[in-house]
Amino acid sequence: MMGLSQFGLNATKAAASSLALMIPMQPPAASTISGDIDQLYYLLTGITLFFTVLIFSIIFYFMVKYRRRSNDERPPDVHSPLVLELAWTVIPSLICVVIFVWSSILYIRSSRPPAAATEIFVVGKQWMWHLQHPEGPREINELHVPVGVPVKLTMTSQDVIHGFYVPAFRLKKDVLPGRYTSLWFEASEVGTYHLFCTEFCGTNHAEMIGWVYVMSPEDYAVWLSGGENSEPMAQQGEQIFNHYTCGYCHVADGTGRGPSLVGIFGKPEKLSSGESRVVDEAVIRQALLQPNSVPVAGYAPIMPTFQGQLTEEQILQLIAYVKSLGVQERASAR
Amino acid sequence: MSTAIADIHEIPAESQVNYLNASYGIKSWLLTLDHKRIGLLYLGTITLMFLIGGVAAVLMRLNLIEPTGALVEPDTYNKLFSIHGIIMVFFFLVPSIPATLGNFLIPIMIGARDVAFPRLNLMSWYVFVTGCVFALYAVAAGGVDTGWTFYPPFSSSYSHSHVVAMALGIFIAGFSSILTGLNFIVTIHKMRAPGMTWFRLPLFIWAMYATSLIFVLGTPVIAVTLLLLAAERLLHVGIFDPAIGGDPLLFQHLFWFYSHPAVYIMILPGMGIISELITAFSRKKIFGYSFVAFSSLAIAIISFVVWGHHMFVTGQSIYAGLVFSVLSFVVAIPSAVKVFNWTATLYKGSISYEAPMLYALGFIGLFTLGGLTGLFLASLATDVHLNGTYFIVAHFHYIMVGGAIMAYMGGLHYWWPKITGRMYPDLWARFAALVIFVGFNLTFFPQFVLGYLGMPRRYGVYPQEFQVLNVLSSAGASILAIGYVIPLVYFFWSWNYGPPAGPNPWGATGLEWTTSSPPPTENFEHSVIVTEDAYNYPTADVTSE
Repeated sequence: MMGLSQFGLNATKAAASSLALMIPMQPPAASTISGDIDQLYYLLTGITLFFTVLIFSIIFYFMVKYRRRSNDERPPDVHSPLVLELAWTVIPSLICVVIFVWSSILYIRSSRPPAAATEIFVVGKQWMWHLQHPEGPREINELHVPVGVPVKLTMTSQDVIHGFYVPAFRLKKDVLPGRYTSLWFEASEVGTYHLFCTEFCGTNHAEMIGWVYVMSPEDYAVWLSGGENSEPMAQQGEQIFNHYTCGYCHVADGTGRGPSLVGIFGKPEKLSSGESRVVDEAVIRQALLQPNSVPVAGYAPIMPTFQGQLTEEQILQLIAYVKSLGVQERASAR
Repeated sequence: MSTAIADIHEIPAESQVNYLNASYGIKSWLLTLDHKRIGLLYLGTITLMFLIGGVAAVLMRLNLIEPTGALVEPDTYNKLFSIHGIIMVFFFLVPSIPATLGNFLIPIMIGARDVAFPRLNLMSWYVFVTGCVFALYAVAAGGVDTGWTFYPPFSSSYSHSHVVAMALGIFIAGFSSILTGLNFIVTIHKMRAPGMTWFRLPLFIWAMYATSLIFVLGTPVIAVTLLLLAAERLLHVGIFDPAIGGDPLLFQHLFWFYSHPAVYIMILPGMGIISELITAFSRKKIFGYSFVAFSSLAIAIISFVVWGHHMFVTGQSIYAGLVFSVLSFVVAIPSAVKVFNWTATLYKGSISYEAPMLYALGFIGLFTLGGLTGLFLASLATDVHLNGTYFIVAHFHYIMVGGAIMAYMGGLHYWWPKITGRMYPDLWARFAALVIFVGFNLTFFPQFVLGYLGMPRRYGVYPQEFQVLNVLSSAGASILAIGYVIPLVYFFWSWNYGPPAGPNPWGATGLEWTTSSPPPTENFEHSVIVTEDAYNYPTADVTSE
């Protein structure tokens, strides 16, 4: 008897594990937030199973117990007590409050990148991902990142809406034309993970996929220095800046026909309308493409638009250059 | 009253004058002002659209058997899922229950001779057919590849498919929704028989009323949105495409402002049907009438303020995300209340298991699972992971197919004897209900797992590790397809050869069961006066109260 049940147990285990081999049930978890999101996912799965099984069981029980035995049957008049109605309104509401609070805390955490995050820039275009590290290396459909370091992706699209999704990180963000969105993560496990596009973008949407390589910091340093095209983004931006002779107006000491760009990144700049805006990636992008929409106080609105002349990647390089001007200034001030 | 029923039962159905045999010829159908005939015109039209949408689904599932795509090129696959979604949502699910069963039943259930505006009712069918013609033209001319969501700038500036024809088709069909909704609201307000107070209305009427509100308030928004999209595509007016000065997220806000309430256009009528079926087959009053009735209205109202949960990953502000998340949880509560009340209605009932009841019980189970998986998507952090994956696909199919279509099938089986005067073979019907239930779960349950694993939707090719689950899903789809074909066969059969049903084959309450089957053109032989509540089934004397 004992042997038989043991055999049964083993057979069940074997069947379960071979089924598990055939059918994956769990995606790899490789970011600092993926484990926490999984916990919430398990709670939700538990709640779902509990209530589904509960409703199914009650229905089956009633189906059998109260099946019609004769056609003349007259069921008793059952009144619905208010307390029951209130109970099954209030209890689900309380469960929802718990899920909402838990989930929102995680969401806020995943929405606010730490100040010290390493930046990487992403441009989506039909049907590939272009990525560039500030140190210079560019990648297509591959992203190399160090483990244990917060990374912030600043993303835009050259054409239609794309979606940047790394299931192992449990994170995704849409990548839109005409604006920047950002996504931050801290990879926790060295390995190779799927990168998918999740916003339908045309013919080869399903092939706009790639890999994220999470590397040890040492391997990552080696990888960064090993690229052929390893001129830093800021320098590439400086070349574009010089090519379009932007420095003719944007003179560093502020005596030019345009405002000096030194040290402006991340600081509020007064516009001629009187309001002031913090100069971030979006403002620089806007100033390049629709300069008259952000006229800086004290300067004539004479800057030409660069709409159609600059690619999204060049704009990102220019932004990297303007950022680097700020760092130089702060460095020299110390 | 019971003697009157017995009398009618004696007369063979053929010899009575009813709405089907009152006049003959194609003209008598195409120019009819009878709400019952118009309901049948809709039934034929949407069944055709369902078959077209279904063929697209079968081809998709066949393609997904192989990770590299077993059947079609990427462009073709993209058109298949777009056509499937557009046809099923706008040309089947939205009109399904309201335009067929709603049209047929609302006047009868409230004791009226017809809807308030019979000519408008016929016109709305012609408008709908015109919309279908545009949509089918778009399909025949080469299809659309934008998905049913039409997100710009892809749809406005990049797609090379027939976006404008399809958008116009939806635009036109939308007017049929608005006209139908308007007609129903006025009918329910003004045409109720003496004694039919609001709280004596069958819950199907409450659900149809809530649905009509969404028709009237929501549909104009999608109409305007698609018109703007066509303007951008044809005239290059910069509205949505940032390259010409537009905002792509504006489209998403407008689109979901209609399309989330539209989900409730699809499910609320189903909920109304379930309330009718559960009471009829357990011979009980509905448990918590007013809670079930008002939850329909609550759903209709709250559904207008949850659209932002479709946009948690678009970069909208954290605070907008939090607000839309709370509201999305709130809209789940009235649905939960309904499920609990339906279940409690069974308590101490006299339950029988004819085919409509099997669909109703299947609905409760599947809708529960569909609704609960909605919590994963109302919750911000889990939505970020699951948005855009197969989890979404599984979730809304549990609501749309496991919920809305199960209820539609249950309703068709329940009122078929009333509509045609004939019974269908109950054993076959129960078998088909079981096949649909099994096929449905096998198709869509694996997709929850696929979504959690990270497989994105709208992929015609996919990484190898997702194959087993995809094959399971495709196998389920083939079972599901068979499940839908069986009723098509026996319904056609029963139309001519089914045994006469009699006025009230289920022993149900409700005015529709007091008139003959099929009903006469004017619905009732005598004027109707209502003296009792809905679902007033005879009860045993209980003295303990």
